[in-house]
Amino acid sequence: MELKPGKRLKSVVCDAEIMVIKAADGDDLTCGGEPFQSDATAEKMPGNADQRHGCVIGKRYVNEAQTIEVLCVKSGDGSLYYQGDELMTKDTKKLPSSD
Amino acid sequence: MNISLFLQMAAEACADRCALTCDGQHYSYQELYEAANKAADLFSRSDCQYISVLDVSSPAVPIALMGAAMAGIPFVPLNYRLSDEQLTELLARIEPALLIVDDKKLNESSGFARMVLGRDAFLGELTGMPNIDFVVHEEPGAVAIQLFTSGTTGAPKAAILRHEHLVTYILGAVEFMGAEETESTLVSVPPYHIAGVSAVMSSIYACRRMVQLPNFEPGKWLDLCQQQAISSAFVVPTMLTRIIEEIDQRNIDLPALKALSFGGGKMPTPLIERALKLLPDINFTNAYGLTETSSTVSLLSPEDHREAMASDNPAVRSRLGSVGKAIPAIEIEIRDDAGRVMGPMGPGEIYVRGPQVSGEYLERNALLDDGWFPTRDAGYLDADGYLFLSGRADDVIVRGGENISPAEIEDLLHQNPDVRDVAAVAMASEEWGEAVALAVVLRDNAELKKTEICNQIRDKLRSSRVPEQILIVSELPYNETGKLLRRVVRTWFE
Repeated sequence: MELKPGKRLKSVVCDAEIMVIKAADGDDLTCGGEPFQSDATAEKMPGNADQRHGCVIGKRYVNEAQTIEVLCVKSGDGSLYYQGDELMTKDTKKLPSSD
Repeated sequence: MNISLFLQMAAEACADRCALTCDGQHYSYQELYEAANKAADLFSRSDCQYISVLDVSSPAVPIALMGAAMAGIPFVPLNYRLSDEQLTELLARIEPALLIVDDKKLNESSGFARMVLGRDAFLGELTGMPNIDFVVHEEPGAVAIQLFTSGTTGAPKAAILRHEHLVTYILGAVEFMGAEETESTLVSVPPYHIAGVSAVMSSIYACRRMVQLPNFEPGKWLDLCQQQAISSAFVVPTMLTRIIEEIDQRNIDLPALKALSFGGGKMPTPLIERALKLLPDINFTNAYGLTETSSTVSLLSPEDHREAMASDNPAVRSRLGSVGKAIPAIEIEIRDDAGRVMGPMGPGEIYVRGPQVSGEYLERNALLDDGWFPTRDAGYLDADGYLFLSGRADDVIVRGGENISPAEIEDLLHQNPDVRDVAAVAMASEEWGEAVALAVVLRDNAELKKTEICNQIRDKLRSSRVPEQILIVSELPYNETGKLLRRVVRTWFE
């Protein structure tokens, strides 16, 4: 599965949904220990209990090298990992409202 | 990637929060989202290739915008002030279209498009439909919005903005749910203006309540600000001028209002100075952007305004007349006629680049191969990267090979207390090719002689800027979003 910008993905362990902002090589992106699915009807799985710190709607998540970036569009209790490393929230500089 | 994602997320995170207030009607985010889903279903069954609205700011606008986006059909807001003839011309360019019109316009609009719906009938139809989960058309490259440019220089061009441009703009500029539940923004810019469209998207993503003002009038604007405890608003310069005049007369208190942003035209420096003095606690933001750039590309922040206002350093002080610095995702360059990139203070045409920049018209793509978009606006950057506008590149007056920016002369005369408004344009000159012509609006009871105007220009600028001809007029022609119609002024000197 190719992770192109704009791609919407769903977790199979929780309610989380994300949208890819910055594409990454490979597709080793997981939520709660299980790969994301683009299929909405995929069967739910128990996942990895150690990877359940949650992800929050509206937050952007990146890896340390910032080679991947995703937007959480629906919160869930699974946490996001890419190539074995947990993604962290990206600090976005708030601009004054201009429109 | 689809702009309807903003509404989906807002409905998910703050379903019961009020999204929209208009004329006593309220929609929560959940209600707005449900209406958009139904609209998407209605639109996709219509077999129309465009969804157009000929309406003032009303609930139909965000609902049709988001519904069209979900259905993957371009949304085309039209200017309700155009003549029937002009509208027929534009509508012929978007056949077949489903047109939603202000009910006041329903009679004369019946033959305008394949399907014409009055606003009330449209909203009523949605209310009668069962809720559905519409499957969103996910295609980042699909056209989300087609806006006809105002055509101040020629026939209106059809600028197109794709989902990818608008989504990257909003994600870069707005924090999701960044607004408190008590915050609200007053939307008085018409929906066919890019600022009107981006106000809808920004407010939804910030989960900030929108209060719509269908027809701008300074008195109504101030009344709504008070009644609805408005915390922020966007206005075009002519609106701000009229609001300031009204505040002067009414001595009104606006305790809830925290932020005012303005853009869509050049703001005379004395006006912004007056606004800052009159409303010292309000955060002013000046934004510069174009339809073709999905709205804002640079902004002068509230801190910039305060710093400039308090500074004795002329360079810092002059920033009150600038449109600020490029926003993080945007690069700005100034190039001369030969395409050379100019250094600080070097005048030329403004080029912008970034993922939100479409630079595309239905007729042609104006984006260069390396992604830069020539804005046709003239300006310069100072040493710290602050951008100053000097008008449209096409408005530059070329006198005997010397480029004269109208703004240079206008800025000077705006500081003259006897001058209410002024426009400098090119007129034909046998000797110089082009020369400066000036149309001046004087303040009531002012007695300023033409020779005094010429002397002031000669003293402060140079003799080449002295006008060949001056007309004292009662007012200057502006379009309804505050753009000076220079082509009309030019005809006065033909």
